[in-house]
Amino acid sequence: MTTHNPASTTFDPWYDHYADRASGLSASEVRALFAVASRPEVVSLAGGMPFVSALPTSLVSAALERVMRDHGAQALQYGSGQGTPALREHILEVMALEGIRGRVDDVVVTTGSQQALDLVTKLFINPGDVVLAEAPSYVGAIGVFRSYQAEIAHVAMDADGLIPQSLRETIASLKAAGKTIKLLYTIPSFHNPAGVTLSWERRVEILEICRSNGILVLEDNPYGLLYLDQPGPQAMRSIDTDGVVYLGTFSKTLAPGFRVGWALAPHAIREKLILANESAILSPSAFSQYAITEYLQQADWKAQINTFRGVYRERRDAMLAALAENLPECSWNVPRGGFYVWVRLPSGLDSKEMLPRAVKELVAYTPGTAFFADGGGHDQVRLSFCYPTPDAIRVGVRRLAAVVREELELLDTFAHTGPMRVVPDDAHIASPPPNTN
Amino acid sequence: MSDAAPLKVAVLAGGISHERDISLRSGRLIADSLTGQGASVTVRDPDASLFDFLTQLNPDVVWPALHGASGEDGSLRSLLDVLGIPYIGARGPAARLAWDKPTAKSLVAAAGLATPQSLALSRDTFRDLGAANVLEQIAHGMPGPLVVKPAQGGSAQGVTLVSDPVNELAGAMVNAYRYWDVALVETRITGTEISVCIIDSGAGPEALPVVEIVPRSGVYSFEARYNAGETRFYTPARISDKVAADAAEAAVTAHRALGLRQLSRVDFILDEAGVPWFLEASVMPGLTETSLFPQALEVAGHDVGWAYLALCQAAVAENDA
Repeated sequence: MTTHNPASTTFDPWYDHYADRASGLSASEVRALFAVASRPEVVSLAGGMPFVSALPTSLVSAALERVMRDHGAQALQYGSGQGTPALREHILEVMALEGIRGRVDDVVVTTGSQQALDLVTKLFINPGDVVLAEAPSYVGAIGVFRSYQAEIAHVAMDADGLIPQSLRETIASLKAAGKTIKLLYTIPSFHNPAGVTLSWERRVEILEICRSNGILVLEDNPYGLLYLDQPGPQAMRSIDTDGVVYLGTFSKTLAPGFRVGWALAPHAIREKLILANESAILSPSAFSQYAITEYLQQADWKAQINTFRGVYRERRDAMLAALAENLPECSWNVPRGGFYVWVRLPSGLDSKEMLPRAVKELVAYTPGTAFFADGGGHDQVRLSFCYPTPDAIRVGVRRLAAVVREELELLDTFAHTGPMRVVPDDAHIASPPPNTN
Repeated sequence: MSDAAPLKVAVLAGGISHERDISLRSGRLIADSLTGQGASVTVRDPDASLFDFLTQLNPDVVWPALHGASGEDGSLRSLLDVLGIPYIGARGPAARLAWDKPTAKSLVAAAGLATPQSLALSRDTFRDLGAANVLEQIAHGMPGPLVVKPAQGGSAQGVTLVSDPVNELAGAMVNAYRYWDVALVETRITGTEISVCIIDSGAGPEALPVVEIVPRSGVYSFEARYNAGETRFYTPARISDKVAADAAEAAVTAHRALGLRQLSRVDFILDEAGVPWFLEASVMPGLTETSLFPQALEVAGHDVGWAYLALCQAAVAENDA
């Protein structure tokens, strides 16, 4: 009997060469299921895509025309690693709406605030350092922290945001365990995914807790200007200039296609951010910066933000009404701004395991597990109301209700017969699914 | 290619199924391979405008690189038959038989092949007879280890390996029913996981070299299938010539018993005695960067692009005949 000496392959000869930080970067079944969200038949309540159609294209094309007419050579060239002074001036105006006073030199323009998040993490986190984050937290931030091998410690929230006492207890417990805590990552206004807003009193208290424990606050504020009822409290950075790195973006108030965000940081950190930015990308897109500068100079951008608020308010209300009508067995918060409703499913349901059934029913959502680094969130889902029309939202929620009922019926059939969960916790969404920021 | 007009191919990829992402990956690679052979290829995600698109494009041949229902259950293929449009792979009725795992197992067993003992159960069975009673009977009659999978579907989605039926079967059934309303409970055969790909460009079904599958995790899961590096493939498999020949013959037998055409992938477990146990057959095997079919073609000495083009030409010729 002969046996061949066969060739073997894994299709990746470099498999053993990857850095440890790349270990979470893999395709997963959960992530693959999101592929259907791009089909027109599917109502996607999963992605956090701004409704850019509410932005008149004439405003943008006029800005682009002026860029090419007046600044063509500069806009098509490399630029400064810190961003153009003109745009940084305008960024100060934008931030002033939330009580922030800063200096032009302390702003660093980045490729979306996601890159600023990456740069700050790169500057501060050694493998094993702790990042404190709300429970739940933004999936894209969890991915960044993981990629730098941070340990993520969640801190509980309630309807007023991060709970100061929980923060104190978490810090004490981590310190007792000999851990090094470097950052508190927080989305204080209209949280992604939880929808809640940190009260003013708690902002002050939390800054004090972090100051006294030597923890830098990373304030991520993409939604602050997208309040749907009343403006939220002023930014944490308006209270503390030395202990906060503030992240802002034009992705939600203008359009994400420009990929322009920024960090406002204390002087010493800002210097390192500029160098890190140059090292990563040489310079942020000059073209996008010129375009946004022209837009901010010529268009009534505050009125445009108000238009966005009107669109999102109508959609939020449609979603809340549809939830009340179709899913009385669930509970949810009422977001006063931002893009998301955070829904708690009936006891026993698992948002991740329910996803294949949702795909069959032509509705997509983001399972709560995506927003936890510790395996939590199984009984929660994030629903986005920013992109689908109110009619689509109503259809989507009706379909979701059918999914929930089917799932309840299935679990009821098998009640008391054994453990129901078979998908391992490590089948996490290691990086944001497409359009799930 | 000669001076004649290039072959016009419509590759259908995407669709609405749990395997949409895999289908898109397969479709892009098929298009690249055929374009490299001089074909004129258009990739289309099928939707309500599909038939208008096909009428307008008037392709010489359609490659339905769709997975999941509509792609593999024979429906779309039957429609293409009605329209008289040549296409790659199994005809509609045969695809429908192969797509349903319990049906495929019955047909292949009738053709004399070994297939693990199994039981197909609708979700309603558990509701009507009481889940605890049914689970108890399964655990008694099939003490394990078991594999539970949706009766229809691919890419290991909804599949659970059960070592302890008394404690794990309920969760496994629920997992499968999230994908399909009928689940297959199958005795798990211990052995070597192999696949045999079949290609037939007109000269009869040819079994390509047997591929042995060794996932790092021990389970050929979705993640092991589509993340390069997570599974080691040995082609040809590390088995004797005799066992390889038996497996190849078994694959051709399954291909014929199911009435498949042009290409398929037949999955087996080889037990210690070298007996290939039929698990399932795919009428449109994945053709991604980490898929077995292109890998087996290359090891057999076929140029992938040329082989795909030959399939297209054979489909056109068969339609013209």
